[in-house]
Amino acid sequence: MKPTAPALTRRSHVPLLAAGALAFIVLLLLPALIDIYQVQLLTYGLIAAIAALGFNLLLGYTGLLSFGHSAFFGIGAYTVAFLLRYLDLHSMELYILIGIPIAALTSALFGYICVRHTRIFFGILTLALSQVLYSLALKFFWVTGGTDGLRVPRPTLLAGLVNFQGAGSFQRFINAYYYYVVVAFAICVVLMWVIVHSPFGKALQAIRDNEVRARFLGLRIRHFRWAAFLISGTFTGLAGILWVPLNGLTTPEVLYWPFSGEIVFAALLGGFRNFTGPIVGGIVFNYLKTYAIATTEYWQLLLGAVLVALVLVLPTGIVGGLSKLAAGLRGKEKP
Amino acid sequence: MTLLKTVDLRKQFGETRACDGVNFIVKEGEFLSLVGSNGAGKTSLVNLISAHLQPDSGQILFQDKDITFTTVTDRIRAGIARSFQIVNLFDGLSVFDNVALSIFSREGKTSKLARLAEHDDEVAGEALEVLSQFGLASKSNAVAGGLAQGERKLLDVAIAYALRPKLLFLDEPTSGVSTHDKAQIMDTVSSVVRAGRVTAVVIEHDMDVVFRYSDRIVMMHEGRFLADGTPDEIRANKDVASILLGAPLAS
Repeated sequence: MKPTAPALTRRSHVPLLAAGALAFIVLLLLPALIDIYQVQLLTYGLIAAIAALGFNLLLGYTGLLSFGHSAFFGIGAYTVAFLLRYLDLHSMELYILIGIPIAALTSALFGYICVRHTRIFFGILTLALSQVLYSLALKFFWVTGGTDGLRVPRPTLLAGLVNFQGAGSFQRFINAYYYYVVVAFAICVVLMWVIVHSPFGKALQAIRDNEVRARFLGLRIRHFRWAAFLISGTFTGLAGILWVPLNGLTTPEVLYWPFSGEIVFAALLGGFRNFTGPIVGGIVFNYLKTYAIATTEYWQLLLGAVLVALVLVLPTGIVGGLSKLAAGLRGKEKP
Repeated sequence: MTLLKTVDLRKQFGETRACDGVNFIVKEGEFLSLVGSNGAGKTSLVNLISAHLQPDSGQILFQDKDITFTTVTDRIRAGIARSFQIVNLFDGLSVFDNVALSIFSREGKTSKLARLAEHDDEVAGEALEVLSQFGLASKSNAVAGGLAQGERKLLDVAIAYALRPKLLFLDEPTSGVSTHDKAQIMDTVSSVVRAGRVTAVVIEHDMDVVFRYSDRIVMMHEGRFLADGTPDEIRANKDVASILLGAPLAS
């Protein structure tokens, strides 16, 4: 019997779904097994993973290296702070509902300018535009709080059903917020997975691999790059929205270029040529930075050394390296 | 019936006249070979017709419509597709995805981002059909970057063919492959193209291949057309022989 098209081309997603479901269950069970500080750290890690996931749609799937993703993270964070300061809003859902379109709008505008160029010119444009926002955050201190930043107290969750006041509120917030972020993280992972496996995602990868040929398939290259930029910036903006209530404060540091460097670092650490790399990279980078800071005052030096070692020894990142190792072992097992 | 016509088409790079007043006619359904030594202007002519380059002057008419200054996308939609001299694949994608993407693009489905590409059974079926025609169905899940040179050449043509063009330009589809693979590639390409009733223009250096597969042969030299005729007419043409053997022209 002749095999049908779906039978030949559709891969079984059962192992992938099982692995995803297992990871989700582990994430749900973890707070019962680790202390509150570790829960807090992991929440930061998951937020960093969302930022890296968004960033990697540009780097890994479209072939554009942005040095300005701090702009979208910062826009998300400052939007929350402004909504609180100027509109007295305390609902996390409203922060997300209002913050996402603002991050998307900023990404659309920046993208419109940046995708006219590629390679180093694209990188420099993203860097320059993010630094414009950084300067604005510093100079308009009566609006933004300048270097002191803006405080963001704990918001209510689930349309005010869950709030955090009174004794033990910190612990309750960290625990509840962890689950909130886990759900947001899971939604982001599923959404991004569908995007990169959609015809649109395949077109982005085609543009990354061979721009000239993609053009001769009739793909409007700049249009696709702009759409990827918009989605990428919006995901990173959502990460900023989720980050600021956990941090309790936003300062211009999140708009500064070294913060963009941290997002790049996270993607490289995990591996930008595969889907799970940036997720692993975001989480691991967060731990790496936290423990580097706790270990030495020269923590930047330590991170720099890790980055150099990473590029030299593990250019495909943690996940890429593990995949190669697994492939090697499978190859050895075969007679 | 004339499918494509260029009128006094000119393109100059510095002092070099890549196309020097070319009047080129392609008739519907023919399998035409464009031959000539390196630098004769063959690829430049294809680049002009496919909108990879803009002409300095002249006109390009496709099905009697002036397309001289239309975009690449417009020309693909009109029915002009091409493959490249140096294999141009999406190396990070699977063989199946390379062809499926052509079909997604042709069908205007590349903006869809809420559905898995592999779940479009219509596209998947057609992509597999195209891959089968080119003898690549068994490789559909392989990464394109890992294919052998002959397979890469076939996939390159399959990607262009999947756009369902009316006119297909194939720029040296057999370059860089062994003599044995050349015959196999040309057998496959010519049978698929003829079965699909697609008009094809092939740039080729191997005259054995040219004489064996072409309905008509056009020879270019220094940006101009030197000869135009059936394989027998071209074989008997002394100027063509002179150019191919590197000897001076009779006139």
